[in-house]
Amino acid sequence: MEFIDYYKILGVNKDATADDIKKAYRKLARKHHPDLNPNDKEAQKTFQQINEANEVLSDPEKRKKYDQYGRDWQHSDMFEQQRRSQQQRRHYQDSEAYTGGGEGEDFSSFFESMFGESGFQGRRTRFRGADYQAELHLELADVMKTDKRTLTVNGKNIRITIPAGVENGQVIKIKGHGAPGSNGGPAGDLYITFQVADTAPFRRSGFDLHTKVAVDLYTAILGGEVLVDTLDGKVKLKVNPETQPGTTVRLKGKGVPVYKKDGEYGDLYVTYDVSLPKNLSDEQRELFRQLSRLK
Amino acid sequence: MIAANDFCTHYRIELSFIESLRESALIETVTVREELFIDEAQLPLLEKLVRLHVDLGINVEGLETILHLQERIQEMQLQITRLKNDLRRWEE
Repeated sequence: MEFIDYYKILGVNKDATADDIKKAYRKLARKHHPDLNPNDKEAQKTFQQINEANEVLSDPEKRKKYDQYGRDWQHSDMFEQQRRSQQQRRHYQDSEAYTGGGEGEDFSSFFESMFGESGFQGRRTRFRGADYQAELHLELADVMKTDKRTLTVNGKNIRITIPAGVENGQVIKIKGHGAPGSNGGPAGDLYITFQVADTAPFRRSGFDLHTKVAVDLYTAILGGEVLVDTLDGKVKLKVNPETQPGTTVRLKGKGVPVYKKDGEYGDLYVTYDVSLPKNLSDEQRELFRQLSRLK
Repeated sequence: MIAANDFCTHYRIELSFIESLRESALIETVTVREELFIDEAQLPLLEKLVRLHVDLGINVEGLETILHLQERIQEMQLQITRLKNDLRRWEE
């Protein structure tokens, strides 16, 4: 088991006063507290380390023991004596567990092996469980209305609500569905990232949609109608005479539902893509020549 | 509904802290026969406020500020996501 330097964790010297330790702890705790760093596993791990360091160094008796035995913790006879006089939760088969052979033992087990439970005064620190991350892949049609879906995360089925209008890359938090906490601490949270793909022929921009529709030359020049796809069916659009290529019209309320605003929708922008005729007959070509002489 | 006194006993905090949160409109409480109760739906938020207060010594005004700033951060993160999506499309 590796020796853990509590002084180094708090960034203080070995002769730091109680006040120095308190200030250092406060500064680091505010920086790394899990509630102020959601979705940050490193912050949670650091916060646990800071807390353990503070638990020891802020208590004069524990700090004295740590200062006295900390460096020489490999001397198993000292620990055997401590172990016999303490009430342990775990049973150790091999005294060499204290002499550096215990790989994979975590930060808290070192702390418990030094002080067990009998020397622990005051409130035992409760640690929040780790957060889980998951991704959910959706099509554009899936976000047109609020829906429920069952996900399986770490073998557990979770029924979640997918809000209408959720964005690609947006993250939602499901409270309490992360890893269980320790020492009675709360469970972590589950963070779900939505991957929402665009669906042809639409391109999404916020809550608006953009699409192009082909309009033949004759309709563009003389006016007429064109059928346009929307996410809830086809719409007939009136094309004004002399409509220029690239003209964009807005269909209000035909976009994506606005996230967390019931009844509000973005718009659909339709750009007219005027196509020129091909494979003209001789007569058609002649008529165009006549037109060109009239300009 | 959870009795505020039971909550305070479990988390080893003073009832006055719950009352301060209520006065700052950070949580809502219900009074039944002069006893204070908290809706279960508010527990996640309340536990977070307790952790910040107990672990970091943050007062009620500080908690108010933190919640407000976290809400703003969430809105800005959503805005950034939208802008990234738009940028990605323009680059394609």
